[in-house]
Amino acid sequence: MADPSRVVLEIRNLTLRFPTYGGAVHAVNGASIRVDAGERVGIVGESGSAKSVTSLMAMRLLPEGRFEVAGGSVALCGRDILAASEKEMVNIRGRDVAMIFQEPLTALNPTRRIGRQMLEVIRLHRGLSGRAARDLAIRLLGDMRIADPEQVFGRYPFELSGGMRQRVLIGLAFSCEPKLIVADEATTALDVTVQRQVLHLLRAKANSLGTAILFITHDLAVASQFCDRLYVMYAGAVVEEGPTAEVLGAPAHPYTQALLDALPERAAPGERLRSIAGSVPDLTAELSGCAFAPRCAQASAVCERRPALIPTGSDGHRAACWLAAKAVQ
Amino acid sequence: MPFVNIIRKRLIFLVLVVFGVSLITFAISHIIPGDPARLVAGDRASDEIVTSIRQQMGLDRPLPEQYWRYLTGILRGDLGASLRTNRPVIEDLVAFFPASLELALVALLIATLMGAPLGVLSAVYRDRPIDHVVRTLAVIGISTPAFWLGLILIVTFYGALGVLPGGGRIDPNLAIPSRVTGFYLVDSLLAGDLPAFGSTLRHLVLPAFTLGFIHLGVVARQIRSAMLDELQQDYVRTARANGIAKWRVICGHALPNALIPSITVLGLALGDLLYGAVLTETVFAWPGMGAYVVNSIQSLDFPAVMGFSVVVSFAYVLVNLAVDLIYMAIDPRITGVN
Ligand SMILES: Nc1ncnc2c1ncn2[C@@H]1O[C@H](COP(=O)(O)OP(=O)(O)OP(=O)(O)O)[C@@H](O)[C@H]1O
Ligand SMILES: [Mg+2]
Repeated sequence: MADPSRVVLEIRNLTLRFPTYGGAVHAVNGASIRVDAGERVGIVGESGSAKSVTSLMAMRLLPEGRFEVAGGSVALCGRDILAASEKEMVNIRGRDVAMIFQEPLTALNPTRRIGRQMLEVIRLHRGLSGRAARDLAIRLLGDMRIADPEQVFGRYPFELSGGMRQRVLIGLAFSCEPKLIVADEATTALDVTVQRQVLHLLRAKANSLGTAILFITHDLAVASQFCDRLYVMYAGAVVEEGPTAEVLGAPAHPYTQALLDALPERAAPGERLRSIAGSVPDLTAELSGCAFAPRCAQASAVCERRPALIPTGSDGHRAACWLAAKAVQ
Repeated sequence: MPFVNIIRKRLIFLVLVVFGVSLITFAISHIIPGDPARLVAGDRASDEIVTSIRQQMGLDRPLPEQYWRYLTGILRGDLGASLRTNRPVIEDLVAFFPASLELALVALLIATLMGAPLGVLSAVYRDRPIDHVVRTLAVIGISTPAFWLGLILIVTFYGALGVLPGGGRIDPNLAIPSRVTGFYLVDSLLAGDLPAFGSTLRHLVLPAFTLGFIHLGVVARQIRSAMLDELQQDYVRTARANGIAKWRVICGHALPNALIPSITVLGLALGDLLYGAVLTETVFAWPGMGAYVVNSIQSLDFPAVMGFSVVVSFAYVLVNLAVDLIYMAIDPRITGVN
């Protein structure tokens, strides 16, 4: 197991639901995710697999009073997030863990200048004021390869391009040198060239500060280039995990295989793109067996019981599938 | 450039509104039975006298000519003479308008200061008990008749408790502050006359609350829905993820942005307040345009009623222009700064 002092984020067996008028939505069903210091960890999976809910829970940013944690634990830098007071959370957010979201257009306050938004965070967490705070903000913008940081500092978000705004957000996320940055679809809205530049900046800055990154995406190609380790999520649970090369090179779970088969790059020219038959399960019912079984070509009677994550043999690579269990034996 | 464009657009609008309103009031005044010349002359006057007065007033001319004279009069600021007071209508309105505007502005202030926090709480605690309370209060406010609330307040605070005056603008024993703006609150302060200021304030409490309470619900609802929009924006999440405390994000980021779309509603409310003050002014013997207009209607004083309509429409358009200008001043997205 990993050295506990190096663990930045440890989500264990998290079970979480949203009570609604139409019954509870069982969004997260026993997910476990670990991120070590300086690591780049990816979460991939279809829409609705609870990638965002799980990562928001790591910062306790889900709307208070609208969700219920039925079990499990979340620890950030050794602190129990589920038990922390909102006051403690305010100190943890931004300082120990920061987040970058998908929509760079709307993720900044549209009526405030970039500089003012950066200064608010810097003053709050770094205790800097005046000149020093301003200098730090400008340096952060410069680190993000923004050509004219002084000028961007005085601009409104709508005056910047999408890529530029995302750099501002990344700079802001790094402003307090957090141990972990959660990037939820952080580059999905950008075009490919800009996406590559932004990922490069993110990686370089994280490396130089030793910041770990939890990278959420449904783009397997990006995940394969960016992440050291991957978690594949389905219906609120991790179905496969391991080093990126193992998971994508030798997938042990039929769901991961299906995701890979659905990649456009995998299709021969002229061939129809493959998609995964069926749809994500209804989360209002509690899951009993393997959640993927109804869509799985290799499902059998055993799949009515829920499989645990089982080592596939190679280091740290595990899959929650009865087939993988059989292969090991 | 949008600055000039918006002003130009509003000014064109202003001309159209004045034209439309003048046409409607003119038409109505000619449809409603009643002979102004007879009214002026009095019941006992002979037919010859009535005919000569009719000629004097130009009422024997063809309708288009009468309208043309009326319209060009408006453009010159001439709204005709009141049949009741014999003074130029415009002078009467100028005398009474500040009282109404002062009342409307204070009422708007009360509605905003009470309605905005309620709207914020209602949005933040959506679907919780406090939200239900605020929404119920809003409906009660909107559906309460002003004269009824006014009477209840007078009976309670003037009649039973005797703590507040029951009508008028100022204690009749005090000198009216010399007119600069026509707002007693401002004029008394300018004159350094604190007793007059205090008395004006006390006289304002009940009518302004009556008028404001009815709009409190409108404001609370508007702020609630604007806040709900803002609170689900990504920037709110970003701010929270960066460790900015919840209420600081709500009051420092979301509320200012929610106020931007609310300004239109507040502007419209001010128009409604001016217009809707008629009943409240009557109940509280408030010497504003409302009371003037009620008296004018009762005595079929056409020029006065028409003049009132024109002036209020004018004010409506000007308030809209002000709203547009405020928008541009506070929302950088409209002006495109830099
Ligand atoms: N506040 C909420 N109330 C009820 N259900 C919710 C709430 N937030 C999320 N959910 C549900 O939780 C499930 C997981 O959603 P989540 O946003 O985490 O998926 P995701 O994997 O991030 O998908 P995407 O790739 O589209 O971002 C979904 O079924 C969603 O409908
Ligand atoms: Mg998501």
